[in-house]
Amino acid sequence: MSREREVKAIGQAGWRRTFGAGIVSLAYFFPVFYIIMTAFKTRPDALAMPIKFLFTPTLENFYSVFVRADIQGGGGTNSGFGLYFFNSLFIGGTSVFLALIIGTSAAYGFSRFPLRGNDTYLFVILTTRMLPPIIAIIPIFVLFRIFGLSGSYTGVIALYTAFNLPFSIWMAKSFFDDLDRDIEDAARMDGSSEWSVFRKICLPQVYGGLAATFVFAVILTWNEFLFALMLTGTETRTVPVAIARTIGGQVGVDWGLLSAIETLFIIPVVIVTFLLQNQLLRGVTFGTIRK
Amino acid sequence: MTSAESSVSAIEQDNRPPARKASSFVGWIMSPERRGPLLIAPAIATLFLVNIFPLMWSFGLSFFEYKANRIAPPVFKGLTNYRDVLTDPEIWARFQNTALIVIGSVTLQLIVGFLLALLFAQEFPLRRYLLMLVLSPMMLSLSAVGVFFKLFYDPTLGFISRIISMFTTDTFVILSTPTRAIVAIVVADAWMWSPFVMLLVLAGLVSVPKYLYEAAEIDRAGWWRRFTTITFPYIRSLLLLALLFRTIETFKIFDIVYLLTEGGPGSSTETASVYVYRLAFQFFRTSQASAMGYIMVFAVIVLTSLYLYAIQSRRSEP
Repeated sequence: MSREREVKAIGQAGWRRTFGAGIVSLAYFFPVFYIIMTAFKTRPDALAMPIKFLFTPTLENFYSVFVRADIQGGGGTNSGFGLYFFNSLFIGGTSVFLALIIGTSAAYGFSRFPLRGNDTYLFVILTTRMLPPIIAIIPIFVLFRIFGLSGSYTGVIALYTAFNLPFSIWMAKSFFDDLDRDIEDAARMDGSSEWSVFRKICLPQVYGGLAATFVFAVILTWNEFLFALMLTGTETRTVPVAIARTIGGQVGVDWGLLSAIETLFIIPVVIVTFLLQNQLLRGVTFGTIRK
Repeated sequence: MTSAESSVSAIEQDNRPPARKASSFVGWIMSPERRGPLLIAPAIATLFLVNIFPLMWSFGLSFFEYKANRIAPPVFKGLTNYRDVLTDPEIWARFQNTALIVIGSVTLQLIVGFLLALLFAQEFPLRRYLLMLVLSPMMLSLSAVGVFFKLFYDPTLGFISRIISMFTTDTFVILSTPTRAIVAIVVADAWMWSPFVMLLVLAGLVSVPKYLYEAAEIDRAGWWRRFTTITFPYIRSLLLLALLFRTIETFKIFDIVYLLTEGGPGSSTETASVYVYRLAFQFFRTSQASAMGYIMVFAVIVLTSLYLYAIQSRRSEP
């Protein structure tokens, strides 16, 4: 596992490159920046043209994400977004935790005790993840209704566990494959049991990678839209579905409010992207490409 | 069984019988040669239960006449659904829309991603922070990006439409013509995924051995010659992987289309995934939707095997 914390580079360039790349990066990031900026604007500022870059920031939009003002004035009602954020985190965290436990064990098996047809298993597993989600959702939607699972945490978490499993297996396997086998063999020679080889030698070396896999998979689940759209109910709705419902009305969309929701939704992702930079290549290719 | 015995048999598990005959079921299941199967069993069971079994069920369903909103039991129809799907011009039009978006978006991603990679290939001050800005779009939710661009393309409020309408006389409405709608989707998708290509190309650029450039320096090879003879051969395999991976992913495009155009105007941006969604959950033609879905599955399986084949051959490269 590489210890570098950054995406690798060749050669050295100076501040002049920083300047050029800076302009390009800022332009590239502008859509995200624009959303974050709009979230802090009052309604007139958000609508002003040309785009206002200097304005008095307001937290009004963030307040109304959670509390929807009553038309008659006075108090406000809970918009439910608190719950939706909780759902996204809870469903993501639980399903990834389960997937990672099952997946790490499978990955260790695939890596250290290859079966006959090992590659076929791995191919089928990857394929279940590569299939269009719409194909999987048709039977699952019907079966979930038959078994009374639609709209329940159990159903959604079970589905997301299976959804995250191929990713966890391929990622964890790629980390186990990277390890130096000599240390393990030496431990076996010294009489370590297979369990302690796994527990005391292999696992500690991949903790970092597994942590990265966890965060990565939580983001994938946090971002997932179609399964959530079809299988969550009012109580288990996740943020992407709630956002889609907010813009569903076509007329009278409050862009300031929407930007505030989006900002809360994407800020964790942007921070994590920064922290996981060196694992990003492995993560976005499901562990199939390491370097 | 002692640990020493088990470790020996683990190393030589292929050509050695188990060190001791297991006396009970527990012993049988825990024996060294069942370690692999035991470790992967929970994963296979989960995948089978939640993923593979439902898929097999709907595969079976694609040979029947069945509507998910009716109580009527499925009626066997053989390959009729597949024949209907393959001869339906409506469905070919959806595949054509998908192909247009895939070709447009993947080409744009490859170009933009490649240029970004060249820009970020060298180390320079603040590189890590600027990379964060460029890399974050691909980590965002597809649905979030759909909402972003819905706002940007908004005829009266969106900054993209307002910038465009400065150069044209009329207001810019993405849904006004099919071309505009497709371009709008392609731009949103390519913006999101160009960093992916960039990341892969960067990995290729870094893998070029330094001495090759030094040798080229001595030979006074020009910029273009250095690129075609040294750099490109090293990034070629990664470009191919990027192309395949992005083709698979873009082929499934749903969220952005669903949020941005809902398939409109008319059905000009309705992609295969969106159409399957309509068939299954709006028209409740469950079995036709499954049949069309399995045509997509076939395409994805072919592309995925090509992708894994390309990965294998890249690994065996020197």
